[in-house]
Amino acid sequence: MRIHFKTSYNHDIRLFPDWWSFLVYATLIVIAVVLPWVLDDFFLGEVTNVLIWAIAGLGLMLLTGQTGQASLGHAAFLALGCYSCIIFMEQGWPFLIAFPAAGILTGVVGTIIAIPAIRLHGIYLAIATIALSILADDIIVLMEPITDGVSGKFAPMITIFGIEIERWTTPDRFYWLVLAVTILCTLGYRNLLRSPLGRAFAAVRDSEVSASAMGVHIARAKAVAFGISCAITGLAGALMGFYAGAFNNETFSIVISITLLMMIVIGGLGSIHGAFFGAVVVAFLPQFLSMTKDFVGGGSVAIPGLETGVFGMILILFILFEPMGIYGRWMKIRIWFELFPFARKDMFKRQKSYLKTERLR
Amino acid sequence: MEVVQLLVSGLANGCVYGLIALGFVLIYKATEQVNFAQGDFMMLGAFVCLGLTNAHYVGLPFWIAAPLTIAIMAVLGYLLDFFVLRHLFGQSQTAVVILTIALGFVIRFVAGAIWSHEPQTLESPLAVGDFNVGGVVLGMADIAVIVVTVLLTYFLYQFFQRTKLGLAMQAASQNQMAAYFMGIPVKRVQGMIWGLSGAVAAVAGILFASKGAIDPNAGLLGIKAFAAAVIGGFGSLPGALMGGLIVGVIEPFASRYFPAGYSQIAPYTLLLFVLVFRPNGLFSQVRIKKV
Repeated sequence: MRIHFKTSYNHDIRLFPDWWSFLVYATLIVIAVVLPWVLDDFFLGEVTNVLIWAIAGLGLMLLTGQTGQASLGHAAFLALGCYSCIIFMEQGWPFLIAFPAAGILTGVVGTIIAIPAIRLHGIYLAIATIALSILADDIIVLMEPITDGVSGKFAPMITIFGIEIERWTTPDRFYWLVLAVTILCTLGYRNLLRSPLGRAFAAVRDSEVSASAMGVHIARAKAVAFGISCAITGLAGALMGFYAGAFNNETFSIVISITLLMMIVIGGLGSIHGAFFGAVVVAFLPQFLSMTKDFVGGGSVAIPGLETGVFGMILILFILFEPMGIYGRWMKIRIWFELFPFARKDMFKRQKSYLKTERLR
Repeated sequence: MEVVQLLVSGLANGCVYGLIALGFVLIYKATEQVNFAQGDFMMLGAFVCLGLTNAHYVGLPFWIAAPLTIAIMAVLGYLLDFFVLRHLFGQSQTAVVILTIALGFVIRFVAGAIWSHEPQTLESPLAVGDFNVGGVVLGMADIAVIVVTVLLTYFLYQFFQRTKLGLAMQAASQNQMAAYFMGIPVKRVQGMIWGLSGAVAAVAGILFASKGAIDPNAGLLGIKAFAAAVIGGFGSLPGALMGGLIVGVIEPFASRYFPAGYSQIAPYTLLLFVLVFRPNGLFSQVRIKKV
């Protein structure tokens, strides 16, 4: 068992609590970097997919897990990021400018949308964002001169300092690009949590009343959270576009929004690890199901709705039996070993809360 | 004449949205939870009735199958609360939202596995065809939908205002702990409301199936019903019906008078406007919370 002997307040917010955890993450990064030499192209593509979903998950995690605002409309921001990045590149902008610009544009649009939306509480925000997600599909069709509507767009080749990156011909370079974005986003997220702004987000999530009593400007905190969340999601959307190669108005449907939200819940709300665990589940579930089907002998008959059905079932089981997600389970197991034999069953028991409505009648 | 025709067909559609919205509102009013699977409940009710009625499956007479369907869906709703939602007691609203969305996926998958994904029609005595009243073509099913919806809304409204159980349900949602102290069996009351909402969903499903073909994706209609519930204001039964009617009437008029492509976004645009300008719906029941 490791004991953290804190001698200064800065110890509480250090990037890594100790050398051991720094080593763990450093090893993880080294493994991730050498992966293209180990895996074949198919699995490398799958890992890339996991990382892209993880970035999108980080974006939504910041809003839902950290600030406590559920959004069912993040597919709209994925679409915005994707379309804007590709359109900027078609205008002749280099990738290194177009990509961050797409993220910033998505963030700004997200903030503008958030300003009316943040007046809404829980459920209403979820509904407003659902409407947004549905509207995005139709708006892409209506803006056909820019977006090419239903016929869709094709992602161009990425060129960074003369190095050509393309998903199919150079999957390893594309993987490294995605990995770099992932690490940057994760570091940014982690640093945000250490800042006053990140703590303000958590305060808003836990209790708006107490947060405003502590001097947090609730509306501003929510709008900023929405903006940053949308920016990260926009980056993930752009990468998703490059990964898919071709996309149209139906690529970023409401099902993607819902999958994204379910993903971070399965992974574990409110943790960076959760976004990654959830992404692994989302990306590998289809493969796993088709392998199982081959194993059982179901043949190649496609069962419609099977994927979402199984996914829904997994989610229900998680919410019922492990509301803290995969990361929560992992924490519990780790703490059980760290404290052995002093771990107690009720250590993670949550206080019961009782409901009070704000309606009069 | 054309306007009246559009209005009538819009009203009939709107009543189905209103019925689904009624299911949302019932649960919200009594438990503060939101059941995103209500549309899929409606679809399931339609398929249960179809399975019992159609000669291809069980082949019961419609007038036996319909009450049976309502009973089955009510029991299903109660069991759902008993086995799943009761364990979420005290968790956040968002958890329930996500859970019910997942539940919708599961219901859609199960319905698809049992009744296949092909669109099917219910052999309903309500679908006897159309008749002409002064140039306006009315379907029997449309009239049945409108009449049943209005009656059901009225009775549910009276139920909440007048009966002991209805008041108990309101009390249980407004303050769970105080309701316990007053001797209300909060958990059982919540189970009952889920059962009731299952029954309403079954009625909506039967009526919807009488109007045309259904397939497992009919549950996505729930999103439109959702817009209806929000426009009317969550927590208000007549509001839900009004919201449903507004959405139902806007649709045919938008597709008639707006250019193509703009018509399907009309209900959602209205929804966003309502959310921005009157966030608690047109029939608001919320006051700012004072600390």
